[in-house]
Amino acid sequence: MKELSLHLLDIAQNSISAGARHVDLGVEEGEDLLLLTVADDGRGMSPEFLASVTDPFTTTRTTRKVGLGLPLLRLAAEQTGGWLRVESQLGVGTTVTAAFHACHIDCPPLGDTASTISLLAQGLPEGMELTYTRRTPKGEFRFDTAEIRAVLGPDVPLSEPEVAKWIRDYVAEGEAGTA
Amino acid sequence: MNVRELAHVMALTEFIMPEPEREVSGGYVGDLLSWVMGRAQTGNVWLTIMSNQNVAAVALMAEVSCVVLTEGVRPDEALRQRAEQQNINILGTKLSTFDAAAVLKQLLR
Repeated sequence: MKELSLHLLDIAQNSISAGARHVDLGVEEGEDLLLLTVADDGRGMSPEFLASVTDPFTTTRTTRKVGLGLPLLRLAAEQTGGWLRVESQLGVGTTVTAAFHACHIDCPPLGDTASTISLLAQGLPEGMELTYTRRTPKGEFRFDTAEIRAVLGPDVPLSEPEVAKWIRDYVAEGEAGTA
Repeated sequence: MNVRELAHVMALTEFIMPEPEREVSGGYVGDLLSWVMGRAQTGNVWLTIMSNQNVAAVALMAEVSCVVLTEGVRPDEALRQRAEQQNINILGTKLSTFDAAAVLKQLLR
């Protein structure tokens, strides 16, 4: 994956598979570190599974509950001198945090986060909500599918093409305000 | 052989070619930019699938004659702009990196 937004998309898919009701995505740009977070309230992982979750050999050989996404994210982060942390508790949820040194030459570009958020919003299962926070030294932007649904009413799904396009533009504009 | 001739013989896509007269000598293959930075030689044709703006920085530092994006990869907008500003040749091919390297090796014999 050549862009960080694709990692975000990939890891968020794990939250959907884990039956989460809520997933919170974050992109935080600090002085040097860039933090990506995906936090969910899904079924979580056992300590044994958690211990093996960033090992590509263990994860691909089991029933592939998680796949190669986490090992690849870990590699991408560590190549910039950063790190990956996965915290999880059975029945409570999982939080993945990846830290990148943004000025390292091997740091991939952030990519199109607005399209990523729009795409995830379109594909959210019934009863699941997504929040997204973009934070930079200049400001903060927050997006919440529950708020959008409240405005649209129960009859307009987020997968409606016009809604999806609106979400993408809305997020892009909001993020531009923090740049 | 210069970059224009190389582009012609290998039927490369010319994304950005501000310096077609640059002489080509040898090649280097790699996608981990920090690794390439210390190893690609002046005048090399650099084959890679990486397409972000850091590619322009590495191409400049290593003084490669051109970058060839393989596997049908296209430069992103930031890379296009950097390449134009810094006079870096960015070409492309649908060939795999392996096949492109094999063709290049034949040509530079």
